[in-house]
Amino acid sequence: MIQVDKLCKSFGRIQAVDNISFDVEKGEILGFLGPNGAGKSTTMKMITCFIPPSSGTAKVCGHDILKNPLKVRENVGYLPESAPSYHEMLVEEFLLFAGEMRGLKGSELHNHVDRVLDQTSLQEVRFQMIDTLSKGYRQRTCLAQSLLHDPPVLILDEPTDGLDPNQKHEVRTLIKRISEKRAILVSTHILEEVEAVCSRAIIIADGKVVADGTPEDLLARSSFHNAISLTVKKSDPEGLLSKLQNIPGVQSAQVLNAEAGASASFILFPKQGQIILSGVEQFIQEQQLQVEQLYSEKGRLDEVFRKVTLNV
Amino acid sequence: MTGLMPIFKRELRAYFHSPIAYVFIIIFLISNAGCAFLLGNFFNANQASLESFFVFHPWLYLLLIPAVGMRLWAEERQSGTVELLLTFPVTTVTAVLSKFLAAWAFVGIALFLTFPMIVTVHYLGDADNGPIIAGYLGSFLMAGAYLAIASCTSALTKNQVISFIVSVVICLIFVLLGWGVLNNILNSFFPVWISDLVSQFSFTTHFNALRRGVVDLRDLVYFVSVIVFMLMVNVVILDSHKAL
Repeated sequence: MIQVDKLCKSFGRIQAVDNISFDVEKGEILGFLGPNGAGKSTTMKMITCFIPPSSGTAKVCGHDILKNPLKVRENVGYLPESAPSYHEMLVEEFLLFAGEMRGLKGSELHNHVDRVLDQTSLQEVRFQMIDTLSKGYRQRTCLAQSLLHDPPVLILDEPTDGLDPNQKHEVRTLIKRISEKRAILVSTHILEEVEAVCSRAIIIADGKVVADGTPEDLLARSSFHNAISLTVKKSDPEGLLSKLQNIPGVQSAQVLNAEAGASASFILFPKQGQIILSGVEQFIQEQQLQVEQLYSEKGRLDEVFRKVTLNV
Repeated sequence: MTGLMPIFKRELRAYFHSPIAYVFIIIFLISNAGCAFLLGNFFNANQASLESFFVFHPWLYLLLIPAVGMRLWAEERQSGTVELLLTFPVTTVTAVLSKFLAAWAFVGIALFLTFPMIVTVHYLGDADNGPIIAGYLGSFLMAGAYLAIASCTSALTKNQVISFIVSVVICLIFVLLGWGVLNNILNSFFPVWISDLVSQFSFTTHFNALRRGVVDLRDLVYFVSVIVFMLMVNVVILDSHKAL
């Protein structure tokens, strides 16, 4: 439903977005990741027809952003980065205004406003002036605005920014719940969010796509992918380490912390593509180790993030 | 033109949601009355007309109208709502026009509240309504021209103070072009047609005819074309510098 085709944007000499292409299908939640200033917001501003691209184009629901910007905007619900709103208005008033801008009228308008107030848990501040609300409420007010016309495409620029952990959870649940019939593009720099919400993620750095895949694909690029973390009761860490390194399939092993007479933690990295859990289990039985903790790591997204964004 | 009414309503309401509206209206009325009665010798002129009321409008508007218009786009830029507004399904033309119309309607309300002047002049003598209506029409159109300039400069910046100052300067030029003193200076150096031409671009020249009760289509066309031109420039500025 969103097709981004070789989008570029330069501000003077700065190349903010450099030849970005990707698609978002119906039912997909695409996480848009990248360090600050990587070009996430600029890309979103171009897809929502706020600023024109320097070259390239994008299509939303089949409408070209250059040829038919009004149709594109009709189909998009957009939460801009700083979640702007008119502070002198009441929450309800603001949503009624946004609804009218979307061409909603009469009882239909009021029903939709009611619905989004419920969805974003804003009923209690319905008649409060936006100026008097805390950041989390303002964020959700602007999010509510983007859902009013039940758009097939949602573009959310850092939707959980400034929310407390409970509110973050609520917003993520909401995004997941409504994703079924929609294409959603979410930018964030919170990595746990990608694992929690997104069905696919794109990492961009310096305006270029540096990684694209499901969260699992990205995790597989981590050196911690399928690594084994092991904590055993008092033992001789140094001696044990050399034995652990000899388990078949183990590339290397490290002592994480070892206090004298207390338990010791190790991490074992597998050779490329090998699963070493069974080997480790066998080793534990042979050595009759008293295991306190044993788990297989899925991979660490922050490590992948650093690896792909710093090497460009 | 979908979106015209919602933006118009929101914008007009925004004036009355903030103290701007009340401060503006009070200052507008006091300065109007003050100018007419104290500077304009309303009573001593011994005429049942509003000449001494209208004659100060070009100068009063010079400061008052940019104060109304300065927030139109600068505030949206400052708070980031411009990104919200211009990603709704509206064209920039509609957005510019509806915000302008709302501000103009607000000035119209302020102007309407000067009606006690009409009552006074009718009470004191046998006033001719023709020049009064023409004067109000001219004053309102001139306010629109000032406002279009203010709206345009407001789109240039996030800063309302800068927006205010730039529009005052531009409006001042439009007023001074028709100022007798400047025309006399020009006449002493150039042929008369030069100063005539220059003064044709001035607000005062066209307003003076209207406030005397002469409704000439050319004067109306002048104000409307200034408004249209400035709003077009406004659209161009916005489209090229949205993300300032």
